[in-house]
Order: sequence, then structure tokens, then C-alpha cells
Amino acid sequence: MSVTAAGAVDTARSADRRWLVLAAIWLVLIAAPLWMPLIGGYTSLGTRILVLGLAATALNFLIGFTGVVSFGHAAYFGLGVYGAGLVLRYLAPSTPLAIVAGILLGGVIGTIVGALIARQRGIYFAMVTIAFEQIFYYIGYKWDAVTGGFDGLRGFQRQPIHLGAFVLDIQKNDLAFYYFVLFIFALVVGLMGFLLRSPFGRTLLAIRENERRARFLGISVNRHIWLAFSISSFLIAAAGALYALLNDFADPSSLYFDLSGDLVIMAVLGGIRNFWGPLLGAAVFEVLQDYISSQTVNWLFFIGLVFVIVVMFFPRGLLGFFHRRRQT
Amino acid sequence: MSMLEVHNASKHFGSLVAVREVSLTVAKGELRAIIGPNGAGKTTFFNLITGFFPPTAGEIIFDGQNVTEVSAAERVKRGMARTFQITEVFPELSVRENIRIAAEVAAGYALRPWLRAEETRNIAAVVEEMIGLTGLAGKVERLVGELAHGDQRAVEIAMALALRPRLLLLDEPTAGMGEQETYEIAGLIRKLHRDKSYTIILVEHDMRVVFHLADRISVLDQGALLADGTPEQIASDPAVQAAYLGKAA
Repeated sequence: MSVTAAGAVDTARSADRRWLVLAAIWLVLIAAPLWMPLIGGYTSLGTRILVLGLAATALNFLIGFTGVVSFGHAAYFGLGVYGAGLVLRYLAPSTPLAIVAGILLGGVIGTIVGALIARQRGIYFAMVTIAFEQIFYYIGYKWDAVTGGFDGLRGFQRQPIHLGAFVLDIQKNDLAFYYFVLFIFALVVGLMGFLLRSPFGRTLLAIRENERRARFLGISVNRHIWLAFSISSFLIAAAGALYALLNDFADPSSLYFDLSGDLVIMAVLGGIRNFWGPLLGAAVFEVLQDYISSQTVNWLFFIGLVFVIVVMFFPRGLLGFFHRRRQT
Repeated sequence: MSMLEVHNASKHFGSLVAVREVSLTVAKGELRAIIGPNGAGKTTFFNLITGFFPPTAGEIIFDGQNVTEVSAAERVKRGMARTFQITEVFPELSVRENIRIAAEVAAGYALRPWLRAEETRNIAAVVEEMIGLTGLAGKVERLVGELAHGDQRAVEIAMALALRPRLLLLDEPTAGMGEQETYEIAGLIRKLHRDKSYTIILVEHDMRVVFHLADRISVLDQGALLADGTPEQIASDPAVQAAYLGKAA
């Protein structure tokens, strides 16, 4: 009995600590526009980190929590970008509609592609994700009449949000836009965290840990990998839609596998076994890029250097050491 | 009433005949051991029963239904649970989480994004029951990958039991274990059979464990069924002694 009681106290204590960590993370994010200028940052850099951090976190639903590596997830990010951009450009001057359209375009196409590739494993899975991404890249690149081709899609702007009598001017006010992005970020990340703590989420961890055991528990592994791919596509498409709003611009580079690689690097840099790792990875990546690219055009070299150092000394990423549990 | 009937099952890998026209019937509540020298086809035979791959010929009847063409996952749903020769667990999850996943999947919650409070309580009760049954009470929050081999095996058995199986298949449960661990796992299997009335099929190398636990023993040799009977019959069977026990002793 005493053993069980001690276990219960331990569990309660670790739950308390989790809430504290969570509160601290959100406090840092909410207060970011206040403290970032003090260390040389600026609000729109914070917004960019949130958007790319959301993309890397969404990709990590697949990599870190299902154990399946996609090197082509920029496809669904980019489709989110174009979905939002095309609505604002051609259909209606509505930011919420643009976001919904971006999420649906990236998510639905990700769901279809996922159904086609969920039987593949390992390197074959990674390769077909790249192949599909290239298809969407070339559509974006070649279809001048709709997407603007190589020059990208211009001539649209994110629109102020009307909430009854109150208008949130995310168009001209960077600070308002930051908080708007943080709000969407919170919704998406909250949904993902909720799913991961569900019975369905635990089946994904099971597949990551040991596919054969998962199958012999009666989990339909291919179907669950497909669902994880689909969910991850919807989530990353939300980040894509925000990216279109951030830049008031959509171009084929948001569909290119360079970006997929960057997102994987962000996730690994921060730590794929930690929920918040990819956000930290995105922050490090973007800050380094922002700072070093003002000094030299060869900034990517230094990012590579940092990546190699992190992988050598923190093989589980910057937040990896939080993963180690106590031994008793 | 028989729990499992195998009729003339064969498995060929190219020109290699791993299992050759094996038939066997396991009664409800029986503990059946399958023994045989290395390469006799024991694990292949296990894989045929559990649907890891289909037989080249023959039929498998589980609880009155022909499951020869039924997938592994579906056989699990119908009540077959297995452990593996090399322990298969979720190493970076805790003991509790390992067993909870098995219990949730068995309850049909694999696709559920949330559970009602009552459902959560039922799952927790199953998990506690399995932890108690397998003697893992002091280790529930440990990561399974950190546990000793015998405890990992106990976790694997607990996961199989959480599926509420009607037939439990254990592939060399004491493989690679020391004396003490072997003794504990054998005690657990005996408890499951005698006290909980599980129907169990056991592949095992350790003859003390086999003759101590089994109601009936089937002997495989070079893919074929050599003998089938009570431990006394098997021990005194001259063919078995020649092919197997004589060499082993």
C-alpha cells in the first residue's frame, strides 16, 4: 500500500510541475513583445518564430510522436499558404475565411496523399513524401495564371478582424497581429496536445515505440499512420495560412523541399521527444538566421555548424535532457 | 470443447518446408507446451496460429471459427494474444502506459480522441488488476526499457492479459533468463493457468518448466509433429527420446 501511495504523491508532484512549466511557457510567449526588444529582437521576428515553430511542431506530430519521418511536409504548409492567399486575392477580403481555406486545402490534400503512402516505411516513406511535394511545387511554379508562378502571388493583404463592434487591426498593427497569431497558435497546439493525451494519441506513441507490438495489440498500424499524417497536414496547413498573412505574399519556395528540411532541422534541434522542442528549435533557427544573415550571405553554413554541434552534444535536441525521467 | 484446432498446416519458404502438415487440438482451459530442437519450426508454427503470415496449406479453427484467412489484428480482437521470443514492449513508456495502451485498444478505444470519466476508471481498474497479477506494483512509473529482462517479460505478459484473451500464446517466455527470473515467470504462468483458467500455448526450451507446467506436450521435429500426449507419455516415448530428449540429456 505504501508503495502505491508514494507513487500517487510522485504522480501528483510531477503533474504540478507540468502545470508550472506550461504556465511559464505561455507567460514567456504572451510577454514576448515586451522583452524581445530588450535583447535586440522585434515583434515581427517573434511572429515569424511562432508561425514556423507551429509548422515544426505540427510536423513533429508525425516525426516525434508517431515515429514516421516526412521530408515533404512543406507541401501541406505551402498549400496552406496558397489556400489563404488565393482566397484573399480572388474570393473575399476575409482573414478567417482565408485561414479556413488554407487549412482545408493543405489538410485535405495531405489526407489524400497520406492514404496513398501509409503502407511505406522508413526511407521509402520519406522518399515518396519528397516526390509528392515536388509535384505540388511544380504546380505552384508553373501555373502562372493562378499562382503567379515563379514570381509568386501578390496583391493581397491580411484583413482586419471584425468582432461585433470591435475591430482588431492586424493589418497595420504588428502587435495586434502577433497576438492574433499567438491565439491561433494556442488553438492548434492545444488541439495537438489534447490528441496526444488521448487513447488515439497513445496508439501513435505505441507505433513509434514498437510497430510489431502495436500490431499484435490489435492496432491497425497503417490506418493510424494515415490519420497521423492527415492530422499533421491539417495542423501544418494552419501554420501555412498564417505564413501567407505574415508576408502578404505566397511563392513556390514555401512548397519547396528546402523548407521541409529546415522544418526537420528545427524539430531535431529543439528535440523531437519534447512537445515544445520544435518551437525552441524554430526560435534558435530564426534568430540565428536573422542575426547572421545581416553579417554574411553564407548564414546557412553557420546554421549547419550549430546543428552539427547540437546533434553531437545533445543527440536528443536542446530540450532532450528533460526527457530523462527519474530513475526510481 | 476445443479452443484451437489446426488441420494439416504447412508453411513453405521457397523450397524450405518449415512446417509440414501439423495437426493439433487444444482444449479450453488447457496448457499446451510445444517443444522441439532448434529449427524444428516451433516459432513458425506460432506465427501461423497468430496470423503473422498465412499458411501455405491447411486450416486454423479458433473457437469454432475458421480464421485461416483472418489478419493478425483481427485475430487479436477475437481473443488471441501473444508474446514474442524477443520481448516486444514500448521501451520509452512507463509500465503503466504500456499496459494502459493494451487495455484501451482491447476496449475498442484505439480511435477515440477522449474517454468519459467512467471509461477512464474502467481502464485504470484493468491496468491495476494486471499490475497486481504480474507483480509489477512497485515499478508502475518506471520506463519499461530501464527494467530487468524478467520484469520486461512480465510487462509483456501483462499487456497480453489486458487484451482479455481467450487464448494466450507465449513464445519462449523464459528465454535468456536466470534461475530466479525463470522461476518467477514459471510461477506466473502456473497462476494464470491454475487460478485464472487461461488457455495457454507455450513454446519453451526449458524442460523443467515444460514438464512442470504442461497438461499436454506436442513435439515438433524438422517441421513435422513427432508426438503429442501427456508429459508422462512424452517422457517415455522412444521416438521422442531418440530425436530429442536423448540428445538434450
